[in-house]
Amino acid sequence: MMTALSTKSEDKKAPVVVSGDDDIPLYEARRQIYPQSVHGRFRTIKWVLLGITLGIYYLLPFVRWDRGPDAPNQAVLIDFPARRFYFFFLEIWPQEFYYVAGLLILSALILFLMNAVAGRVWCGYLCPQTVWTDLFMAVERLIEGDRRERMISDAAPWTMEKVAHKTLKHSVWLLIAWWTGGAWVLYFADAPTLVVELATFQAPAMAYMSIAVLTFTTYALAGHMREQVCTYMCPWPRIQAALTDEYALNVTYLYDRGEPRGSVKKAAVLREKGLPAGDCVDCGQCVAVCPTGVDIRHGLQLPCIQCGLCIDACNTVMHKIGRPGNLITYESEANLEARAAGKPFVQRILRPRTILYGVLIALVSGLMLTALIGRSTEGVAAIHDRNPLFVRLSSGAIRNAYTIRLINKKLEERTFILSVEGVPDASLEVIGDNADGLTIGPDQTREVRVLVTTGDKLPPAASLPVTFRIRDKASGLSASVTDHFIGP
Amino acid sequence: MSTTNDTHGKVDQATGVSTTGHEWDGISELNNPLPRWWLWVWYACIVWAIGYWILYPAWPLVSSATPGLLGWHSRSAVAMQIADLNAIRSESAAKLANASLEQIEQTPTLLSLARAQGRVAFADNCAPCHGAGGGGATGFPNLNDDDWLWGGSLEQIQTTIEHGIRANDPDTRQGSMPAFGKDGILQKPEISAVADYVRTLSGIAKPGADFAKGKEVFEGNCAACHGEDGKGNQEMGAPNLTDGIWLYGSDKATIEYGVTNGRGNVMPAWHARLDPTTIKALTVYVHSLGGGR
Repeated sequence: MMTALSTKSEDKKAPVVVSGDDDIPLYEARRQIYPQSVHGRFRTIKWVLLGITLGIYYLLPFVRWDRGPDAPNQAVLIDFPARRFYFFFLEIWPQEFYYVAGLLILSALILFLMNAVAGRVWCGYLCPQTVWTDLFMAVERLIEGDRRERMISDAAPWTMEKVAHKTLKHSVWLLIAWWTGGAWVLYFADAPTLVVELATFQAPAMAYMSIAVLTFTTYALAGHMREQVCTYMCPWPRIQAALTDEYALNVTYLYDRGEPRGSVKKAAVLREKGLPAGDCVDCGQCVAVCPTGVDIRHGLQLPCIQCGLCIDACNTVMHKIGRPGNLITYESEANLEARAAGKPFVQRILRPRTILYGVLIALVSGLMLTALIGRSTEGVAAIHDRNPLFVRLSSGAIRNAYTIRLINKKLEERTFILSVEGVPDASLEVIGDNADGLTIGPDQTREVRVLVTTGDKLPPAASLPVTFRIRDKASGLSASVTDHFIGP
Repeated sequence: MSTTNDTHGKVDQATGVSTTGHEWDGISELNNPLPRWWLWVWYACIVWAIGYWILYPAWPLVSSATPGLLGWHSRSAVAMQIADLNAIRSESAAKLANASLEQIEQTPTLLSLARAQGRVAFADNCAPCHGAGGGGATGFPNLNDDDWLWGGSLEQIQTTIEHGIRANDPDTRQGSMPAFGKDGILQKPEISAVADYVRTLSGIAKPGADFAKGKEVFEGNCAACHGEDGKGNQEMGAPNLTDGIWLYGSDKATIEYGVTNGRGNVMPAWHARLDPTTIKALTVYVHSLGGGR
C-alpha cells in the first residue's frame, strides 16, 4: 500500500487556475466540501467530547473558588493587573511561570504519546479547530439541510428562501463566534462582574476589542476556513508525519479486504465463480461524510484528521449489505503489511517510542509535583548597591547598602525578622522600619533599603559572603539569600 | 495505487502529485499550488498598506515624512500616555505632596513611593555630579556617608536642594574657603605648617616640629569657621577636619592647595527647575541613602 502524503484532494474535477503560456496551475481554487451527516460510535464520541470541551470553555469562568477576603474567588483567573494566575488551589506569580512552561512541555509529550499510540487523536477529536468546525457544521446542517440539499441549494439561483437560510446560518455562526470571544475575556477578570459591565457598555475597551477579534477569527476559521486550516496553516500534520511510525494505529481502509471494489451484484457473481471480490461497494459514503473531503481509500494522507467518521459511514453500509464491519478501521501499517504477507497479527503499544514518552511524562509530572509541594510561601532577594560599593563613615567604619525584597505568598499579613550573617560585628539597619518586625501585606512583596555596617577591621579588598535571612515571627518559616559584603 | 488530480497530464508516480512538466536530468518538478485565498490575503495586505500610507505617517521626505490623514504622531501619543500615567499616579502624588517629610519617612508606603520617585529624579538631575547612587567623587560629596557639609537632616537637605550652594539664588547657602595663599594672608611656611597640623587632627599624621606653629596659624585663621577643635561648622559649610572623610583628599599637597587657592564648589538651586513634590521625594531619597540624620 502506497502512502500518499499529498495535500491535494483526490477529486478529478478539482478546478485550478491556469497561467497563460506554460499551462501550469499556479493557484488551487477552494473546493467546497459538503460533509454528510453520519451516525455511529465515533460520531457519538465526538458529540460527547464536543459537549465536554465546549462546556468547560464556556462555563469554567463562572466556577467559584473561595480564597478568603484578600484574593479573587474565581477558580480560573489570569489577573494581568495584579500579575497573578489563579487555577483552583494554585496561585502562580510571574516568576513562577516555569509551572506553565512545564505544563506546556507535558502537553506536548502527551500529544506525542497519543500520536504514537493512535495517530491524530488530537486533530480528530480535541483540537479547537475541529470542535468548533463540528459545531458550525451542525448549525449549517440544521438550517440548510444535509449534504445533498446544500449542494442543490448552492448550485441553484438565489431565492428568498435561500437568502433567508443563508442569513440565518451566518447570524447563528456570528452569535456562537461572539459568545466564544465573550467567554475568552471572562478568564481575565471577575466573570459575573464583567458580564454585567459588558452588557451595560461599561467594560474596558480592550474587552470589546478582544471579543471582536475572537468573533472574527472563530467565524472565519470555523465557518469559512475549516479544513484549509488543517491542510495549509497548521504545523502539527507536518510534525506528526515525522513522529509517527508503522505501529501507530491510524484510520485505515483495509484494501486487502476491500479490493477489488465493485457493486454488491458484481461481487456476488465473482464470489460464486470462486474469484476474489472485495467488500468495498464503492458507494462513496466515506468520502461524503469526510469533513476534509479526502478519500481514505488512498491511504494515510496529510489532510485526513482521523476523526473516524468514515468508519461510522462504512460500518452503516456494511451492516446494510450484510458484510462484516470495520472495512475502514483503526489499524497499524505494520499489521496491515503482516496480514497481506500472511503473517500473524502485530500490535506493539509498548515499544521504545511509547515507553520513552511515558517515562518523560512521568519525569516532568514528577518534577512539577515536587516543585509544587516544595513551593515556599516566603522569599527574599537582595541587590547590592552598585555605586558606591561601600561607604566609609566618619568613624572609619565600613558600610554596604542593599535593596532587599521580601516576598509573602500567603493570603495573610505576616511579620518577618530580618537578620544578617557572615560579616563580623555587623550591625543591621532598615531605612524607615525595624529589622525585628517587617510587616508585609497578604500576597505582596515589600522592598526595603538595608544598611550593614562593620568596623574598620576588614582585610584589604575584602569581599565576604553575606546571608540575609527572614523568619516569619508566627510560623518560624524562613528564607535566605546570599550576596557579598565589599570592603575598601 | 494512488490516483491524483490529473490537471497537467503528467503525474509523479511516487507521490501521486501532478508535475509542472519541467524536468531536469529525470527529476521532475512537483506541482503543489498554493490555495487561491492565499493570493487574496496578499492582495488584502497590499490594500491595507495603501490605506496605511494614506492614514499614517509613511513616506520619508527631505526633512520630515508624509503626515497621514489621521494626524497621528508618535510624540503626541507618548505625551498622551504620560498624561494617562500621571492621572493614575495623581492620587499617590497628592499623598506625597500633602505629607510632611517626617511623615513620609515613617509611613512605609509613602517611603517606598518617595524613594522610587526620588531615585528617578536623582538619576536625571543629580547623578552627573554626585554619581549614580550618590557615591560622589573628588569635590562632589558622597551622599551615602554620615558626614555633611551643610547638614544631613531632612530639612537641611531640602534647603540645600531648593536653594543650592553658592548658587545664583538669594537664599542660597553662602560661605567659602578663602584663598589664604593667593591673597597674601599666609606665607608658604605657614601654609605648610597648618597643613601638617590639620593632618594631625584626624590622626593621619603624628605631630611634628612645626606643630606649635601650625596650631597657632590654625587658631588665628581657620578656627573661626572650622572651630577651635576643627570639627567644622555646618552653618558655613565648613567641613569637619577631624573625621576620616575628605572631599578633595587628605594628602598634604591637596590641603596646601586648598589653603592657598581656597575652595568654593557650586551646587545649583533646584526650586525653579523641579516641582516641590519631586524635591520632597529627592530629599527623602538622599536622606534614606544611609547618611541621613
